[in-house]
Amino acid sequence: MILSALGVLGSLVSVIIVVLVRGAPALSVSMLTQTSTGGYYLGKEGGILNAIVGSAYLVAGATTIAFTISLPTALYLNEYASRSKLASFARQSLDILWSVPSIIYGVFGFTIMVYLGIRASLLGGIMALALLELPIMIRAMDEVMRMIPLKLKEPSYALGATKLETALNVIARQALPGVIMGMLLAVGRGIGDAASVLFTAGYTDSIPRSLFDPVASLPLALFFQLGTPFPEVQERAYASGFILLIIVLSLSVASRLLTKKATAYVIK
Amino acid sequence: MKVEALTKTHISVQKLNVFYEGHHALKDITVDIPEKQITCIIGPSGCGKTTLLKSLDRLIDLTDNVKVNGRVVFDGIDVLDKQVDILDIRKRMGLIAQTPNPLPMSIYDNVAYGPRIHGTNNRKELDQMVERCLQVASLWNEVKNRLTEPASKLSAGQQQRLCLARALAVRPEVLLCDEPTSALDPISAGHIERQLFALKQDYTIVFVTHTLRQARRLADYVIFLYLGQLIEHGPTESMFTQPSDPRTKAYIEGAFG
Repeated sequence: MILSALGVLGSLVSVIIVVLVRGAPALSVSMLTQTSTGGYYLGKEGGILNAIVGSAYLVAGATTIAFTISLPTALYLNEYASRSKLASFARQSLDILWSVPSIIYGVFGFTIMVYLGIRASLLGGIMALALLELPIMIRAMDEVMRMIPLKLKEPSYALGATKLETALNVIARQALPGVIMGMLLAVGRGIGDAASVLFTAGYTDSIPRSLFDPVASLPLALFFQLGTPFPEVQERAYASGFILLIIVLSLSVASRLLTKKATAYVIK
Repeated sequence: MKVEALTKTHISVQKLNVFYEGHHALKDITVDIPEKQITCIIGPSGCGKTTLLKSLDRLIDLTDNVKVNGRVVFDGIDVLDKQVDILDIRKRMGLIAQTPNPLPMSIYDNVAYGPRIHGTNNRKELDQMVERCLQVASLWNEVKNRLTEPASKLSAGQQQRLCLARALAVRPEVLLCDEPTSALDPISAGHIERQLFALKQDYTIVFVTHTLRQARRLADYVIFLYLGQLIEHGPTESMFTQPSDPRTKAYIEGAFG
């Protein structure tokens, strides 16, 4: 048991070390504060601010949309349709969607965009990422809500509360740590995903000014930089990877702290 | 018979049958529950005590695959009628569960939950309501400086008193108690018992218990259930001293249970 725990910890540490060592020569403040110059494919100057901001835009947009749909869906599945055929069909579909490779979402989004006449853009990327995040978020929330025993909802109904009041006041609160966890899982998958944004969001050296501009993202920055024949640019890929890693790690730590705070009122 | 003549019926159960997935849990129960008295439902475990209690405000609807027929007449309304505003009925019947079940929120919000969902949002009014209910449940002095703390931080005995305060906050007429002291230590149990005893002036109390001594201490009226059947019911004294059915006699003497 200790060995396997050490193994997991060891692989995390070794990933960070390898990325850090290979990216160290390219790591600098300007990586974080400047947009890239000279093209993402060949550029040796400037930073990857365009990709950092781009990823933040993409994930913030996608997560907002996905969350707005996920919470009501999960509450509905549990309080209104818990044992119905519709619910089990919905859960099954979501599980399949969860395991669909992200490139499929990318291609699907791209097809829709071509049909609607939208170019690769922030909007397209947000849509594709939201699709990718949705099943993860709904199922994660759903699983936590399913664990809530009748005993906890009963006092609410006994006071004359409706299903909606019980769902919003009791279920959502009790499931709050799970809701946060579901969001983190989705954000983590979304921010690191290259395939779904490849066709839908495009790539650019600048920061988008509207929803219809193309947008850069960290995983794609890494992908393009690593694909060049120049060692200096490859170093920059590792540096980008390191920045992405740090962002994901700090998100994870932040959500842990948040979850701890959110569990204060939860009934065990 | 004298007691019955003096009191008004508050809830009248008529030919109530309950089936759980084909299992006949309550068989043709017909009994009147007197107003502003403590009625104890006694009987061995699994005899349908809780089922009867939860049929009164139709909380039994929350369980899957249940079929209920018959009538439960409360204040002239048939509770089992699907057209009835069951939310209003539930508001008028508070529930104290077997194990304390605080809601996942602060002590204050637990008590304010009921009034809030029924439309009271005035902070001052809520403050007064919370203080009054916590005082009636004799919990106020212990929690008045920590109202924003999670309810789950209270001890089991305090939680149960909180649940009592929460039930009182919607101004019910009936209190349904499902063995509310069985999960508590003797001191906390005594607290709850004394409060309920005092509350019978204003509330009709239906109290499920499998402790005969508790029934004898608290009850004005006793209902004895056995295997889903109503065996006997009557004023406490006559039930305990002159039971007419041999099964009641055997149960009261401790022959089974």
